[in-house]
Amino acid sequence: MKKYFLAAAVASVAVAASLGSAAAQSRDTIQIAGSSTVLPFASIVAEEFGNAFPDFKTPVVGSGGSSGGLRQFCQGVGENTIDIANSSRRIKTGEIEACNQAGVKQILEVQIGFDGIVFATSADKGDFALEPVHIYKAIAAQVPVDGKMTSNPYKSWKEIDESLPDQPIAVAIPASNHGTREVFEEKVLTAGCEEAGLPEMAEEEKEAACSTVRQDVVVEIAGDYTETLARLQSNPDTLGVFGLSFYEQNRDTLKVATMSGVTPSLETIASGEYPVSRPLFFYVKGEHIGQIPGIEEYVEFFLSEQMAGAGGTLEGAGMIPQPAEKTEEVLANFKERKALTAADVQ
Amino acid sequence: MANTLSPVAPTAPAPSETLTKIRSGLARRHARERRFRAYGIAAICAALGAVVILFSMILMKGVPAFTQAKLTLDVFFDPAIIKVDPKPVRAPDQSAAAYERARLDWERQVTLVNWNRILEAAVRAAAPDIEVDTRQALSIVETSERFVLRDRFVADPGLLGQTVKMDLLASANADNWLKGNIDRSLPDTQQQLSAPARALADRLKEDGTIRFAFASQIFTNVDSRSAPASAGLAGALMGSLYMMLVVIVLAVPLGVGTAIYLEEFAPKNRFTDLIEVNINNLAAVPSIVFGLLGAAVFINYFHLPLSAPLVGGLVLTLMTLPTIIIATRSSLRAVSPSLRQAALGLGASRMQMVFHHVLPVTYPGILTATIIGVAQALGETAPLLLIGMNAFVAAVPATPLDQSTALPVQIYLWQGNENRNFFEPRTSAAIIVLLGLMIALNALAIYLRTRLERRT
Repeated sequence: MKKYFLAAAVASVAVAASLGSAAAQSRDTIQIAGSSTVLPFASIVAEEFGNAFPDFKTPVVGSGGSSGGLRQFCQGVGENTIDIANSSRRIKTGEIEACNQAGVKQILEVQIGFDGIVFATSADKGDFALEPVHIYKAIAAQVPVDGKMTSNPYKSWKEIDESLPDQPIAVAIPASNHGTREVFEEKVLTAGCEEAGLPEMAEEEKEAACSTVRQDVVVEIAGDYTETLARLQSNPDTLGVFGLSFYEQNRDTLKVATMSGVTPSLETIASGEYPVSRPLFFYVKGEHIGQIPGIEEYVEFFLSEQMAGAGGTLEGAGMIPQPAEKTEEVLANFKERKALTAADVQ
Repeated sequence: MANTLSPVAPTAPAPSETLTKIRSGLARRHARERRFRAYGIAAICAALGAVVILFSMILMKGVPAFTQAKLTLDVFFDPAIIKVDPKPVRAPDQSAAAYERARLDWERQVTLVNWNRILEAAVRAAAPDIEVDTRQALSIVETSERFVLRDRFVADPGLLGQTVKMDLLASANADNWLKGNIDRSLPDTQQQLSAPARALADRLKEDGTIRFAFASQIFTNVDSRSAPASAGLAGALMGSLYMMLVVIVLAVPLGVGTAIYLEEFAPKNRFTDLIEVNINNLAAVPSIVFGLLGAAVFINYFHLPLSAPLVGGLVLTLMTLPTIIIATRSSLRAVSPSLRQAALGLGASRMQMVFHHVLPVTYPGILTATIIGVAQALGETAPLLLIGMNAFVAAVPATPLDQSTALPVQIYLWQGNENRNFFEPRTSAAIIVLLGLMIALNALAIYLRTRLERRT
């Protein structure tokens, strides 16, 4: 037993020594983090990339939400920071400034395609033909009634509009750590708010009235779509917000609602008919190109016809391809190393 | 009172009133005891029931995931599709680097071959009478299988023009359909596979081309998103193993050393009291706090790599240390003072007394504490999320410095996968693997303890 202790002591010294050398060892795997919407697509590309390029290692893809990923991205330059941040929304001015301050000057923006946001209920529930104004009236904390703002009186969807099913209102929406939330607020809540015709008020007040949701019927989901699905299973009356790709893979348990009369699908979103969609991005740290092997090849592979193109692998996984001209433009910008500045995103 | 019961005082007539009082008192006491026993049994039954429900639910969901639909196809390596140069052979005057480059170029050429067409031809040949288009035919075979064909060809280019019988994985959607994970009565719009593809799958199942076989890839493959059916735990298992190694190598010597010094050598004063209180407090600190600490210290300050089992191991070491220190101290305290006094009385030094006489008696206790601490660390998830170990990693880590996930994190990741029908059972299968490991570790602890106890 004494010998074992001795061996353990020697081994622990060895581990401690490897700690020191770890910092000096260079990383040869691309490290990615960010949006959980982009994660499935990025993981698929990473895997295929590892298979197609035997000379590079398979990139590692982490989650953490768009904001979480960009925060990690902006921590600085160096091997223990990530190389690429996935994001389901555009980077913000504040984030670019934080990045620049930490030494990340070369932020290269890559737009990869689109994602649709769909509303879905359990498959055995009634059909929903939604308009943005219905959602607004269902979940806003205060709604206009007879030209005055009062706290939300609606209990059932039928009270909002005769065409909707007589089903208690319960909605699961993404929490603010998700990029999806921003799109939801912009394309659904704000749009619905305008349609609802708010009484005259100051701009700021109006903004607050449009985006404040009531807490009694709304659940904010901080986790991923499986958590939203679990909500639907525990309370079958819930209307949940999902990404199109998640819905596509779970059509046996989910029923999708139409929005402004359009059924969400790859085609209607690509054509712009379906209103609630958003572009997907990833951001590359220019300083790491050349330091970490394979970043350039990964980006080019991601934007290639067989991955992000029409009919490519990612379309099969539920991402909506962008027009080929847009991809060309994005790729040209990337090759030129056109860094994003705070002025670009204002 | 004593008088009435005592047999030496038979003269006094036993007042029946007292006797009945005593009897009823006794009866009450017995009833109270019976009730207490019943409560105990009820408590055990409730606990056992919960365990049984939990285990049977996991087993019911997870066990089917250990078998998976596989196709046995005659694959024809068609020279009309595989148009590649012959595999480069290293010329005697060629440098190693030049050969390596030529080999990589050749491999890339092989990768660019449209392997899907070969797969499609093989599927069609198995059921020539069923009308399917390319997409439908390929939808029942997992997408990763084209790389299996490629790897087979890279290993043996002589296969060109030959027909080989190969076992290939059916796609996750085909597996769902054949197992009935998706309700088979649902209309087309709610199915993942198209009607012809479903007919094809059913037909191949009937004639034995598709059969359910043990899903060995759960143990041999790494995680996969593009090919869910081929997703496995190999990377996570290796990552967990590395972390456990780091924990054992660091926590055991440090923990046992600390405990011995504090218990046997340190003076008892306010300062050591303070240390003791702090160690006890550390044992109660939630693990997520250790994760935050690890992210701040090991990654931001020491610049250790993200998602590395080494960092995970270090964080879990911090978490396991208090457990080991406390358990070792209490087993040292349990050694009878006579042993110490005898050793000292025979002229042993303090150090000899501790290492020759006291410590060997405590081995069973230390060992149990270590294994239980390690088992706890094995199941820990929260701190790992904060040091980037919840990433998608499609490779087996070769060293503790490579990116990796861990078993419990893999369970968490699979739980969040979009293909619910396939990954719900797969998640339970991963839980079964993790539970199996835990049970094995605890069994080892019990076995070693009884063995060592017998020896000392």
